[in-house]
Amino acid sequence: MTGRIIVKKDLGGENYLIEVTTPQIASRFKAGQFVIIRMDEKGERIPLTVADYDSGKGTITLIFQAVGKSTRQLATLNVGDTILDCVGPLGKPSEIGEFGRIICLGGGTGIACIYPLIKALVNAKNEVISIIGARTASLLLLEDEISALSLRTCVATDDGSKGHHGFVTEVLMNLLDEYKNSDGVQRVVAIGPPVMMKAVAGITRPHHIKTIVSLNSIMLDGTGMCGSCRVFIDGEMKLTCIDGPEFDAHKVNFEDLISRLEMFKEKESEALKHYLNIKGVSKCSR
Amino acid sequence: MLEIGGKRIAMKEQRPKQRIRNFRSVPCGYTKEEVIAEAQRCIQCIHAPCEKMCPVQMEIKSMIREIVEGNFKQAFLIAKKDNAIPAICGRVCPQEEQCEGVCPLAQTGNGINIGKLEAFIADWAMENGVKEEFHIKERLEKVAVIGSGPAGISCAVDLRRYGYQVTVFEALHMAGGVLQYGIPAFRLPKNIVDYEISYLTEIGADLKLNHIVGQNIMFDELREKFSAIFIGTGAGAPQFLGIEGERLKGLYSANEFLFRTNLMKAYKFPEYDTPIVCGNAIGVIGAGNVAMDVARCALRLGAKDVYILYRRTKREAPARAEELQHALEEGVEFMELVNPKRAIGDKDGWVTAIEMFRMRLGEPDKSGRPRPIKIEGSEFIMKLDTVVESLGTKPNRLFLDMTPELETTKWGTIKVDEDLMTKIEGVAAGGDAIRGNATVILALGDGRKAAKSIHEYLLRRQ
Repeated sequence: MTGRIIVKKDLGGENYLIEVTTPQIASRFKAGQFVIIRMDEKGERIPLTVADYDSGKGTITLIFQAVGKSTRQLATLNVGDTILDCVGPLGKPSEIGEFGRIICLGGGTGIACIYPLIKALVNAKNEVISIIGARTASLLLLEDEISALSLRTCVATDDGSKGHHGFVTEVLMNLLDEYKNSDGVQRVVAIGPPVMMKAVAGITRPHHIKTIVSLNSIMLDGTGMCGSCRVFIDGEMKLTCIDGPEFDAHKVNFEDLISRLEMFKEKESEALKHYLNIKGVSKCSR
Repeated sequence: MLEIGGKRIAMKEQRPKQRIRNFRSVPCGYTKEEVIAEAQRCIQCIHAPCEKMCPVQMEIKSMIREIVEGNFKQAFLIAKKDNAIPAICGRVCPQEEQCEGVCPLAQTGNGINIGKLEAFIADWAMENGVKEEFHIKERLEKVAVIGSGPAGISCAVDLRRYGYQVTVFEALHMAGGVLQYGIPAFRLPKNIVDYEISYLTEIGADLKLNHIVGQNIMFDELREKFSAIFIGTGAGAPQFLGIEGERLKGLYSANEFLFRTNLMKAYKFPEYDTPIVCGNAIGVIGAGNVAMDVARCALRLGAKDVYILYRRTKREAPARAEELQHALEEGVEFMELVNPKRAIGDKDGWVTAIEMFRMRLGEPDKSGRPRPIKIEGSEFIMKLDTVVESLGTKPNRLFLDMTPELETTKWGTIKVDEDLMTKIEGVAAGGDAIRGNATVILALGDGRKAAKSIHEYLLRRQ
C-alpha cells in the first residue's frame, strides 16, 4: 500500500510528525502494533511506531526522530508526497483490560509509541499515571495530549530543563513508594530506549509488578521470515515482529537486545555518510 | 549401437574467478545454433518419459520438435501452456531428477538439456516480445490467491484461464515469493523473474502487495468476499539449531542472509539502503540448495573462506549436483561430518568461532540416508566471523496462528486431500505450505491442480 502524507509537523529536536493516508492500516490498527515502510525502490524496510490513528479518516500518524539515513530522508518528504510501501498493522496488539492503577513510562520517541496505549488503557477504565522523559524539554513529545488523558503526568529531563532533573526511572521509584500504602500499582508499561526499559524492569521486579515493554529490535520483513528480530524471553527464542513487540519485561534478556541492536551500526553510519554526500549536504551545515 | 544422440552441447558459463565478483547469471545460455543442435539430439522416443516425469506435464517432446525446426514461437507457446514461468523453471528445476533424468540418452550421461532449451525459448520470447494470446471467457466468481510465489502464480494464471476474477495477496513489497527473496540473481536473474511475474497482471489478475492475510486483511473477510481461496503461503519461517550463542551478532538464518542480499539488494549497498555484514571467514550450516546459495552469495559479498559445514558427506548432500558443483568450482570448501555444538562470541557479542563435533555415518535412517552419529570427545573449534544456519524452513506461523480453522500436521504444513482441498469448503492449498521444503516446479504443479479443483468446486456449486 502506498501512503500519502497529508500533514507534516516539525516537532523540534529532529522529531517529525507525519499523518499518512493508509485506510487499510488505519482500520485495523490496535494499540501496541507497528508498521513497516519503504520509501522508494532502493529503500530499506523500516519499522515505525504509530503515535495515533483515525479509522474514520483512514490515516495513521507517525512520529520519528531523523537520525539515520532513512529517517532523515523521510523528514525531507512533504505534504502531498507518497511513501511507496506501507505495511501493517504488524505485531500483536497490546493486552488491554481493566487492570487498576497503571504507570505508563515513555522515553524519547517511545513517548509517541506509548500514547495510543495510554488512550486504550484510559478507555478501559484504568487509572493511568504517565511519566514521560527526554534529554531536554524541547524533545518532550505529546505532553499536552498525554496530560489531558492521564490522571497524573510527571515529566523528567536529563538536563533538568523541565520537571524532574534526572531519569524517568527515578520518578517511577518515587511513585511506587507514594502508592505503596494506597493499593499500590497493578501494572507498569514502559517504552523507550532499551537501557531505560531494562532499568524499569529492575525497579519493578522486587515489587512483583507486572511490567510490559515494547521492543525495538532490528527487523526486515516483519512477518516472521528472517529471524533478525529474535529476542530471548526466559531463555526461549522469540521473534519481536510476530510474537511481540510487547513482552514481559521481567523475562526479557536486555543485554542481548542491546547488543544485537548494534549489529549494523557501522553500516548505518556509512549509509548516512553516502546519503549526505550525494545530497551535497556537509555534516556541519546542520 | 553407436552413440545415438551424441554428446550434450556444453553450456558456456562465466569462469569461476570472474563470476564470484558479480551477481550476473553463471550460465551464458545457448546460442540459436547451439539450441537447435541440442534439440536435434532428441530421438523423439514414443513414450516421452520426460513428459510423464514433469510435475506440470509439459509437452516437452513437441517443444523440442519445434525448436529443431527453428519455430521458437511455437515451442514457447507449447511450454507456456502448461508452465506459467518457463524461463524460471528452465533455470531452477531439478531436471536431473525429472525430465532429463529419465531421458533415454541420460544412461550415457547425455540426456537432452531440457532445462536450458526451455530457458532459451522463454528468453527468446521475452526478447522478441512474443506472448501467449489468450481468449478468456469471463466468469463472475471471485477467487483469492494468498501468496505470489510459484504456487500462487501458477494457480492464479490457471484460474484466470478458466475465466475467474482473481486477486493475489502478497505480504511483501514485491511479488514472487522465494523467487525474489530466496534464489540469488546469479542463478535466476531478476529481470527474468520480474518479466514472468508480470504475466500475472497481464492476464488480468489483481495483485495486492503489502497485504498480509491475518494482519491487515482477515481470512474470514476473504471467505465472505471470494467464492474460493487458494493458499500458497510457502514455507518462509527459518529454523534454528537451538544451540548456545544464537543471540550473537554475525549469526544469521539463511533466510535473513538471502533476504538482505537478494530482495533488498544489500550487495549494492550503499546505493541500496539495506546493509549486510559478511566477514572474511563464513561457515554455512547445512548442504541444501539454499546453503549453496548462501555460500556463493558470501563469496560475491567478498568473503575469502567459505565453508559448508555438513553432518553427513557430500554424497548425501541434498543440494542439486549442479549447485554443489558450481559452489565447489567457485572455491567453497565442503567440510563433511561435522555438527555444531555452540557458537562462540567475543565480549562485544560478535561471533568469532564455532565449536563442532566430528560425526560418523551409521545405519540408514527413515530418510534412507546414513544416520550421522556424534563422536564423543571429538569437539574442535573453528574460527569464523560469520555463521549462517541453513537448516530448511517451515510454514510461517503468522498466517497459521490467525487461521486456527485450518488443519495442520505436526510439521506445521496445511492438511489437504488428494485434490488439494482443505477441510474448509472452497479452500485449497499447495506448494511449500503443504509440503514443507520442496521445489518450484512441484509448487507450480500444485497450483495448477488446485486451480482445477477450485474450478470443479465452483462448477458443482452452480
